[in-house]
Amino acid sequence: MELLLVVLIGILYGTGIYLMLRRSMVKLLIGLLLLGNGANLLIFLLGDLTKEKPPVIPADSNIFTAIYADPIPQSLILTAIVISFGLQSFAIILLKRVYLATGSDNLDDLNTHDIDI
Amino acid sequence: MINNFIILPLLLHMTTAIVLLFLWKRITVQRIISVIANVVILIVSILLFIQTWQTGIITMQAGNWPAPFGITFVSDVFSSMMVLFTSISAVAISLYSTISINRARMKYGYFPIFHFLFMGLNGAFLTGDIFNLYVWFEVVIISSFVLMTLGGKKPQMESAIKYVAMNMLASVIFLTAIAILYGLTGSLNMADLAIKVAQIENRGLVNVTGLLFFVGFGIKSAVFPLYYWLPSSYHTPPSAIAAIFGGLLTKVGIYALLRFFTLIIIPNEFITTVFSYVAIATLIIGAFGAVVKRDVRRMFSYLIVCHIGFMIAGLGLFTEVALAGAIFYLFHDIIIKTNLFLVSGIIYRIKGTMRMPQLGGLYAQYPRLSLLMAIVLFSLVGIPPLSGFWPKINLFLASFLERDYVLIAAMILASFVTLYVIAKMWTEVFWKPEPPLQEGETVYVDGFAIMKPFSKFLLVFPIVLLTLVSLYIGFGAENIMLISKHIAAEMMDTSPYIKAVLGNDILNVR
Repeated sequence: MELLLVVLIGILYGTGIYLMLRRSMVKLLIGLLLLGNGANLLIFLLGDLTKEKPPVIPADSNIFTAIYADPIPQSLILTAIVISFGLQSFAIILLKRVYLATGSDNLDDLNTHDIDI
Repeated sequence: MINNFIILPLLLHMTTAIVLLFLWKRITVQRIISVIANVVILIVSILLFIQTWQTGIITMQAGNWPAPFGITFVSDVFSSMMVLFTSISAVAISLYSTISINRARMKYGYFPIFHFLFMGLNGAFLTGDIFNLYVWFEVVIISSFVLMTLGGKKPQMESAIKYVAMNMLASVIFLTAIAILYGLTGSLNMADLAIKVAQIENRGLVNVTGLLFFVGFGIKSAVFPLYYWLPSSYHTPPSAIAAIFGGLLTKVGIYALLRFFTLIIIPNEFITTVFSYVAIATLIIGAFGAVVKRDVRRMFSYLIVCHIGFMIAGLGLFTEVALAGAIFYLFHDIIIKTNLFLVSGIIYRIKGTMRMPQLGGLYAQYPRLSLLMAIVLFSLVGIPPLSGFWPKINLFLASFLERDYVLIAAMILASFVTLYVIAKMWTEVFWKPEPPLQEGETVYVDGFAIMKPFSKFLLVFPIVLLTLVSLYIGFGAENIMLISKHIAAEMMDTSPYIKAVLGNDILNVR
């Protein structure tokens, strides 16, 4: 399971950076999205995966007696997902407005006002 | 000492923003409430600083969860000074905005977003939790995205794409670094991290994590190889918004760098060498970038990049003297960069352009206003005894003691080029007679002269206010230096911070 996640995270970061380096604005956005997902999975992986051990104290005890899954990474990921959802929806609208303003998907066409040297 | 008082600067901004959202499109009321709220927050910040200075570090555990399990808010002298200077800028910018931001922008939520942005800034300064810092950074950038694109002019949209993409990338890198740090230590509380990171055996991994944090914060604070988004986006929004960005958004990155690398990961020789090289490159590239620009605001954007180099230099030298210099420079820079962009807004209103070849004759038209602007520009250059001069003494002294002569040369070069650039700007904008109209140009009506006296006052008063603050920094330098030295001493010995957050016996037990 860990190895699978490691490979998956690698692929997400690699494709994300590759897409960010393209000239298309849509690909830039998809690249950022994939990078964000890669980072979320990385938090999940680095919180030490523990299977089938929920962090719930048994009814007949006051403290944890066995190993349990760390709940913090999941709450961190939840926060990060919500934040990136907001940022991404903003970015998508921005992209559409830029496309309407410039009529192009090419990042190189965004320098029309850069007449100054 | 535990006190809920310290999150007041943050809560007040949030409440104001929510109240303003309910007053959607009622811009007169919005303006009045915004200015009043900012003045109240300034008073609260002054009280917070006085209390922190007198009683030492104040902490607040959110929800009464003891550190390191809950989110901690910490106000040490550094945090409270940053909050104080941010609040001074906020008062000036909100007064200036009441006139300079056009009505359409105000109707579509300029003031609520303004307060959300400052809530994020104050949160970032006061938090003691690294993931919470990430969240405040996101609050700041999402608000800045809205301010950047508000109005929807074509140049704004084009520059917003670069700004949004680079800031989202910086956040992802920051998040990745947090993930690795959490995997290494299992903690997110900064004071707890400071203890746990020092105990990690695998120093290589710690250093790589440190560099990831440096890249993440470095994009936000626009250091040498990561600054390209800044000069291509900061000149497009209206001057009041550019003042927030130029004065405060890059500085929050510097604050995070200073906090992180003095508390959590103490840089080894390799990392400080990287900082030194980055500082040298930032100083030189920023300075020469400013030389070739003929648009006033683009030139100021490059000067922001250039002067970030001074603060990174303090981190690169990593001695108490150098850090005191860097902190002093940070305070000076917040006030002066905010003021510069406010000044550029008035120039634009008078002349209708920012391009230096088309400007001129300002001194003949407005001698008193020009003299006010001259003080701002001279403080930026650092003519003694104005505010830019004093921190540089410390930085020069520190790099002389560390025998880092290349850094001294870069700092002197950057200072001289700044002087040259400002002198060039002075002759082009103020002294040169107004150039004759080109063919096809129409006469621009002076937008400043036709304003009502009260509107003029609202535009000029913030500049006077910030100039007075920077004059105080210059002439009362011994007070600011005392505070900076105190902060630098706290940075070199972080045990008071750790004790204040985690309790007194924590260091003895381990």
